[in-house]
This record gives sequence, structure tokens and C-alpha cells, in this order.
Amino acid sequence: MQEKTPKVIGVKKKARAAVVVTGISGRLGKLLAKRLHRTERVIGIDRRPFEDRPRDIEHHRIDIRRKRCEEIFRHNPVKAVVHLNILHDPRKDAHEHHTFNILGTTRTLEYAARHGVKKVVVLSSANIYGPSPENSAFLTEDAPILGSQHFSEIRDLIEVDMLANSFSWKHPEIETVILRTVHIVGHVRNAASNYLRLRRIPVVFGFDPMVQLIHEEDVVDAMVCALRPGVRGVFNIAGPETTPLSVIIRTLGKETIPFPPPLADSIVRFMWRWKLTSFPPPELHHLRFSCNVDDARAREVLKFAPRYGLKETLEHLRSTEK
Amino acid sequence: MWTSSDLPPIPFLPLSKELEARIDSIPTRLSEFGYDEFGYSPAVLKKMAPLAEWFYRNYFRVETFGIEQLPEGPYLLIGNHSGQFPLDGMFVGTALILDANPPRMVRAMVERWAFGMPLIGEFFSRVGQIVGTPENCRRLLGQGEVVMVFPEGAVGISKPYKNRYKLTEFGLGFMRLALENRVPIVPFGVVGAEEMYPAFTNAVPLAKLLKTPSFPITPTLPWLGPLGLIPLPTRIRIYFGAAMRFEGDPDDDDGIIGQKVLKVKEAIAAMLARGVKEREAVFW
Repeated sequence: MQEKTPKVIGVKKKARAAVVVTGISGRLGKLLAKRLHRTERVIGIDRRPFEDRPRDIEHHRIDIRRKRCEEIFRHNPVKAVVHLNILHDPRKDAHEHHTFNILGTTRTLEYAARHGVKKVVVLSSANIYGPSPENSAFLTEDAPILGSQHFSEIRDLIEVDMLANSFSWKHPEIETVILRTVHIVGHVRNAASNYLRLRRIPVVFGFDPMVQLIHEEDVVDAMVCALRPGVRGVFNIAGPETTPLSVIIRTLGKETIPFPPPLADSIVRFMWRWKLTSFPPPELHHLRFSCNVDDARAREVLKFAPRYGLKETLEHLRSTEK
Repeated sequence: MWTSSDLPPIPFLPLSKELEARIDSIPTRLSEFGYDEFGYSPAVLKKMAPLAEWFYRNYFRVETFGIEQLPEGPYLLIGNHSGQFPLDGMFVGTALILDANPPRMVRAMVERWAFGMPLIGEFFSRVGQIVGTPENCRRLLGQGEVVMVFPEGAVGISKPYKNRYKLTEFGLGFMRLALENRVPIVPFGVVGAEEMYPAFTNAVPLAKLLKTPSFPITPTLPWLGPLGLIPLPTRIRIYFGAAMRFEGDPDDDDGIIGQKVLKVKEAIAAMLARGVKEREAVFW
């Protein structure tokens, strides 16, 4: 099939109720689609092409902000929406970033409410709590959302979470699930995976925070759990055991470059300005302080427990290096 | 080398068989990598313990009273904070490893400031100390651990020499945690730590400038530089009281909680008064 969007978007009114996955062409979207498509009818929305897409997955190459997306909801019975179309790339233009996330989420939720969707799953992040020396070792879902105190670029991720939260109050008839996952590692291109894929890993001297990572497949598991009828609410999603950063680096078999604390900030800021690094300076706090979550609620209510141990997760991450 | 796990053993102070056996006998919940979920590493503790033991036995010649009546299971250790630097925490922690039977690991709720500091925060967490938040305390009590709280906090530890053995205001949080988790409170009093660093005053503007919780001015600090950090070799006496059990609603008004806290405070004050009265000298 070509990647071109057909003029009329799915007219089969009597078709099976579908699961709509926004941002399906991202790494997690693809994994989720491949997990679901044998048992569910999956419709993808993403402005990016979906390479090697299984044939039974419908894909619509539309920017999520465009009104045309609503056509998909009009013409297909949709039972669930998994909203993964959330951009986090601090290099991107702030305006683009913001409208994509806020407008995209607002629209998606709007369509879900208007077209009788029963379930909405939004992938948020545990990073919205923000790393801090004052954090409890394990933050619960009620912990204050302080992630933007040093890092204003993640403000729209917080807003996405809040949008989904207020949506869940406004629409009690829809089961809204918000998943706040810890650092996802694997083929995904995010700060944590990119950082741990470096050949020699920079660290901040004198700090060795406890870190939680989660295998990308486990995140897919969590989303599948969230799709089960009857489940709703905010859940922290954590992976295997919480471990010091130094142990993770040692297990990966890598060397570190320790930077003295005040110098580390200025070096990274300088490199950032001259586009020598993709590591945003405020994320240095993640190399100093912990931002770990208590996933008791997910284990109890969502019945989610990670399948991959830390060693397997790290081996998987290593296998994604070129 | 950038973590305390990489530290070499302390020179000339080998880890004794007995100390190692004592640390090994304390139940832990370690991951396959050897750390518990709070970052405590018995391997790092074993490296540092000989130094703590030397200070405990030889430098401060710590004496304990009533250590045999410590309860089993989870409880809160509540005591007076003194001595400018939190060595009193180290004394009590070392006492429960060396002199208590069975040995217990003490998890102290540490001033949050420390965890923002390079080396200090990492070190504290490797030897089992935790950021002082109620959630951390709850979680550890739930796991059956001993949690130590100094309800006087930074104000207590940084009081000048002229106010020695006068307890400052107690926070109420520990009592709420005890009621909520239905754990006993063990009061203790440390005598001798007040004289380690006899401070004329706490230089608040300097502390603000350096962003530290306090800045003590003593006969040696800051005049002698790092040498001024050497504490006077006073003799330390630790008094452990009988476990106190409280009943009630953890969400009661401050007034009602305060009355219960007062009982603990009185118990500690009585032990301090006894200790100061009974000792014949500060240094021996």
C-alpha cells in the first residue's frame, strides 16, 4: 500500500470498533500496533510514514492538529484511543513543539468525547515530577509536578498530563488512563537511551543517583493493560529494580567521564548552544538527583509488572547501538 | 572513580571478622547488584565501618546505657541533636551495629540539603541514610526498619555552647508517623556531643552566603581551616529509654499531637539531665 491518504477515510460504518493509535509511526507506536493488530482493528494517525506496516493496520498520514482527523472518528466506530503523539525534542522550535503537543492532545481528547470512545490512554512521563534532592525515594501519583522548575521545555508535557487529567474528570463516562513512565530504553530515541548509548558516558562527579529504566516492550505491556475495560486513573509505570546510575553504566560495560559539578553545567550549556550535543543542560539534574516512582498502584490496579529484568533491559539497549 | 563504591578500604583499619559478621547478620532487601531500593550498599558500609568503629571505640569511647531494652521490629529512634556536625547520628548508628543484640541498621532521616551536595549525598545514601520525607519513613517502617529522627533538626544541631543540653523546639511529624504506622518510639539522649565543637555562635549570614544549614564559629572554626573540623575528644554517653507506645489519630490537631511529643521530649530531657549529672568529666 502507498502511504497516500485516501480521499474518503474509511466509510464502512459497520466495521469492527477500532483502537486508534496516534503517533503510530514512532517506535512505541509501532510496537503497540504490532502487538494489537492480530486481535484488534488498529487505525494509526501520524504525519510520518509507517514503514513496514502490517497490512491489516490502517494508517492515515495526517498531522494530528488538523481537523481532518475527525473524519476518522466520524466514519469508524472507535472504542479506544491510545495517544502517543507527544513530541519531546527540546531542539525543536518552541512554538511548533507547543502547538503540536497541546493542540494535538486537545483535539484527540475532543474527538474521543464527541464520538463515543470508551477508553483513552495517554502516555505521559515520570519526568514531570522532576529530579530533585528533596524527592522521596519513590514518588506516588500524588507527588507535586515540579518538573518544569528547572526545565521549562517540559512544561507542555506537564500540560498534556494535566489536560488528560481534567478530561478524565469532565468525562466520567470515558475511562481515561494516564501512564507516567520512567525512562524508556530500547530502540527509542529519547534522552535516556541516547545518553546510555554514548561510547563514554559523562557523569557529574560526586553524584550517583538511583535510576529507574523500563524496557520499551514493558511499556507496551503497560499500555495493553491500560486498554482493559474497567481500568482508569493515573499510574506510575516503573521497570525493574531501582539502581545507582554507576551500576547501570558498569553493567553496560562502559567507561565514564566524570565532570566536576559546576563545570559540568557550563560545558553542557556551551555545547548545547553550539549544537555540539543533543543533551539539554537542565537534564543534568537527572544525573544528580533522583526522580523515581512508586508503581504500587500500577501493580495492584492495572495488574502491570515489568517482564524484563534490568540486565535484559540493558542488553536490549546495547543491541540498539550501531 | 567517582562513587563511594570505588573507594579503597581505610588504610591501617582492617574490617574485623566480628564487625563484618554483625553487618552481614542484618537483614536487607538487596537487588542482584547489591543495593537496596534506597541506595544502601552493605559493601560500602563495610568499607567505612572500621573508621566509624575506631572513632566510636577509641576516640570518643562511647558508652551506652539501656541498649539491651531496644524492641524488635520497626520503631522510631527519637533523640536530641547536637554538636554542629551530625556525628551523633553516626554514634547511634554505630551503637546499634556494634553494641545492640541483634545488630540493627539505623536509617536516619537526613536534612534534605545534604542530598544536593556532591559526595555527601551519595555517601549518605550508600551507608543507608535517607532523605527526610514522610514517604521514605513510612516505606522503611513498613519494611520493618529502624528509622531515626532528630525532631530538633538543623536548629538543634547548630545551637551555641551556652545553650547546651537545652532542647529546642520539636517537630511534630515523627509523632504522626508513629501513630499512623503504629510503631513504638524509642527516645535516646546523647551526652558529650555538645562539647565536641563548642560554638560561640552560628554565623547565619555566612551560612546564607554558602547555602549551608548553619555556620558554627568555634575556638578552632573557621580559624584553623580544615584542621578546625577535628572534634574535641569528649566522652560520648548514649542513653536509650524504654519504648513508648502512643495511640490516637495521626491527623489530630497540632495541640493534641504536641502533648504526646512533649512526653517524648520530657523522657529525653530526663535522660540528658541524668547523664550530665552522673558524668564526672566531659573528656573521660
